[in-house]
Amino acid sequence: MKRLVWILGILLIFLAFATGQAYAQQPTPSDDQVNAIASQLFCPVCENTPLDVCPTEACQQWRELIRQMLAQGKSEADIKQYFVDHYGARVLSEPPATGLNWLVYIVPPAAFLVGVFLLYLAFRTWKQSRPASVIADTPMQPEWKTIPESGSSPKTTDSTEENDEYIARLEEELRKQS
Amino acid sequence: MLANFGFGILVVTFLLALFGAGAAIYGYFRKKDRWVESGRRAVLLTFPLVTLATLSLVYLLATGHFELRYVYSVTSNDMPLYLKVTALWGGQEGSLLFWSWLLSAFASAVMLRRWDRDREFLPWVAAVTAITLAFFLSLSLFFENPFVSWWQTSSGQVASMIRPAGASPLIPTDGAGLNPLLRHPGMIIHPPMLYLGFVSFVIPFAFAIAALVTGRTDDRWIRLTRRWTLWGWLFLTCGLVLGMWWAYDVLGWGGYWSWDPVEIAALMPWLVATPFLHTVMIQEKRGMFKQLNMILIILTYNLVIFGTFLTRSGVLSSVHAFAESALGPMFFVFIGITLIASVSLLIRRWNDLKSETAFASTSMFSREALFLLAALLFAGILIVCFWGILFPLISEIFTNQQITVGPPFYKRAVGPLFGALMLLMGVAPLSAWTYGTLKTIGRAAWKPAIPVVIVPVVLAIFGYRNVFALIGFTLIAFVICVTLYEFGRGIVARGRSAGENAILALWHLVGRNRRRYGGYIIHLSMAMMGLAIIGIELFQTTTQQSLATGDSMQIAGYSLRFDSLSQFPYVDGRTVTRAVMSVYKNGQYLGQFYPRYDMFPDDQPMTIPAIRSTLSDDLYIVLVDWEGISASEAPFKVYDNPLVSWLWLGSFVFIFGTLVAAWPDKELSVAPVIVHSAYKASVAD
Repeated sequence: MKRLVWILGILLIFLAFATGQAYAQQPTPSDDQVNAIASQLFCPVCENTPLDVCPTEACQQWRELIRQMLAQGKSEADIKQYFVDHYGARVLSEPPATGLNWLVYIVPPAAFLVGVFLLYLAFRTWKQSRPASVIADTPMQPEWKTIPESGSSPKTTDSTEENDEYIARLEEELRKQS
Repeated sequence: MLANFGFGILVVTFLLALFGAGAAIYGYFRKKDRWVESGRRAVLLTFPLVTLATLSLVYLLATGHFELRYVYSVTSNDMPLYLKVTALWGGQEGSLLFWSWLLSAFASAVMLRRWDRDREFLPWVAAVTAITLAFFLSLSLFFENPFVSWWQTSSGQVASMIRPAGASPLIPTDGAGLNPLLRHPGMIIHPPMLYLGFVSFVIPFAFAIAALVTGRTDDRWIRLTRRWTLWGWLFLTCGLVLGMWWAYDVLGWGGYWSWDPVEIAALMPWLVATPFLHTVMIQEKRGMFKQLNMILIILTYNLVIFGTFLTRSGVLSSVHAFAESALGPMFFVFIGITLIASVSLLIRRWNDLKSETAFASTSMFSREALFLLAALLFAGILIVCFWGILFPLISEIFTNQQITVGPPFYKRAVGPLFGALMLLMGVAPLSAWTYGTLKTIGRAAWKPAIPVVIVPVVLAIFGYRNVFALIGFTLIAFVICVTLYEFGRGIVARGRSAGENAILALWHLVGRNRRRYGGYIIHLSMAMMGLAIIGIELFQTTTQQSLATGDSMQIAGYSLRFDSLSQFPYVDGRTVTRAVMSVYKNGQYLGQFYPRYDMFPDDQPMTIPAIRSTLSDDLYIVLVDWEGISASEAPFKVYDNPLVSWLWLGSFVFIFGTLVAAWPDKELSVAPVIVHSAYKASVAD
């Protein structure tokens, strides 16, 4: 019995909360509720300005419109659709994925994959060993090859980390330590 | 009078730049050094000349010569002198002249260097800089002339360089004034930095073209332009960060970056220049990636011009604006010609640019491979940006439908790529050249990786459950640990070998390899900026409420009480509405803050936020004009922006790191002599 009272009590509190919130929403939707939708829309007249931060008078009226529509119980999708119908797809922060607009979503990943493929090809050629004669045969301007820039070590074909004298010494010190 | 003088000077400079390019190229092909020298001097002379023209315009701006259309459109009597002067870059015509001026400065400076060892580069460096300069000067001369005056004719007012028949001069008593958003201290420094960044990349490009034409395709051009590129990169990055700060400080939308096409236009050259700075190191060290480096520098140059085109031609607002202004097609043609010319040169030299080193033994986890991977990731970000800007134009052309490609698109695409770059920034410094394997990386990385493991655990215990944030913070911690570990390792090693104390060891360590350790400092700064970006992107909270006087609102532990509101006119004609808010955090009084709403005479409003910055978060208060502000009730929008201060702190560390890497060598005065004899010896062989 005692338990039932408890459960009923908790249920009542929940109910009070839920209805209270529902009632609070009905008369005037809060600024935050309006902004939540406005931030997903772009001002139909200004360039690249989200509707929630646009300071112009026109945008104030649009935000007021969102508030009214919310008060009428319209959903987020309804409101967005209303703006698209009246002002075109440019009010959306991203184009709807229809028709030509598909390209906006497909091209970047496709291009990136092409890049990955090219990189893969490059790595593959790296792995295949090439005869040293190929390198020796490539025409070069020998007179330019031997000029070292001030402060840098001359370049050799098999330069590795050990080649950098300073780094080598540093590495050696570290090895002694451990 | 002075306007005519300025215009005349521009005409002369334009012709001189054309002559310089022509003489240098003629001299190169006919092997007549006198012509090359003549071309060099012509380019050298452009700087003092464009300076004269620019100073004329600055004088006219500062003294309020409103009979000039440009002066009229960007200044007014009530503006302070510093804004009148900086209005030089406050509008289209002035910006282009300013661009030309900076370019002439760089072109002249590079002409002054010692050319004796690289004489064959000279004609083409002179020609490329002179042609670019001539192009920008032609825009000022024929399309966007800053020296055009107002005239009163019988049929109305006209703006023209030459007095129309029967017209009388028209001298307005006051100007229209600068766009209110530009009346900010950021105006002094942000555009020049960005333009400097843009312009300085013309120099490495010119050397690259010279290398391609002359066939001297070793890494000489890279060594010569290394510092130009670094300085340019420094300016560009500073320009970008200053733009962010300006937007954050003045626009009142709670953020610093809105993925606006103009912002992206400035970011794109950076996205190519950054991997370029890395891959040139590999060309210097191993003779690899010559083709890639050429591609990157050509892209950087064209993106610089493209960025200027995007922001200056009006094409972004609508494709139709492109056709209205003659500027758009001019840029289009210039970009086309330079791109085709440089790419065909590149193709001609493609085989000469094959790597000198056999790739055979280069492993997939070597530093070379990781740098190449980083370049790919940057390219990915570039593609997203480029396509995001371009697609609305394509859509308008083909379907006549205007669409927006906004922040959600970019964030989704770019977020993981930046995350992967962060990972590489941690791994690459530990990887070995050429022979690196997963094993060697693991062996090098386990020590600095230990403290990193704690980060996600601690964050999770403290209730952070956002997966992206956990990954991001962990990656950042990894970069920081690796970088500090690298410093620590070097200090200990030096301390042992030379018996130095830690500070002296650090000093010598950095001094011995400033490029390397300057780069590490830059990595640290990027990690700091990454903190801010994660903070604001993933943890920003905001709320908006109308408050009656004496009422309070709450956000993120702060309580803000609306005390009072006042309205007063300001000297420059705007009406300032200023609210006073008392802010408390967890019951502790923090002080009063004053968000403002300024209305300018031309009905342009501006919301100026009140910001309280700490290392952990920014409280960002905006007085918004929704249902109208009154003394008894006003609407406030408040943001809590976690960690955003680290963006500005990181930028200072960034500047420091770049200066460490780019500062001229002390022994430079001695070095040429030694090198010169070595060179002679090698030729004698």
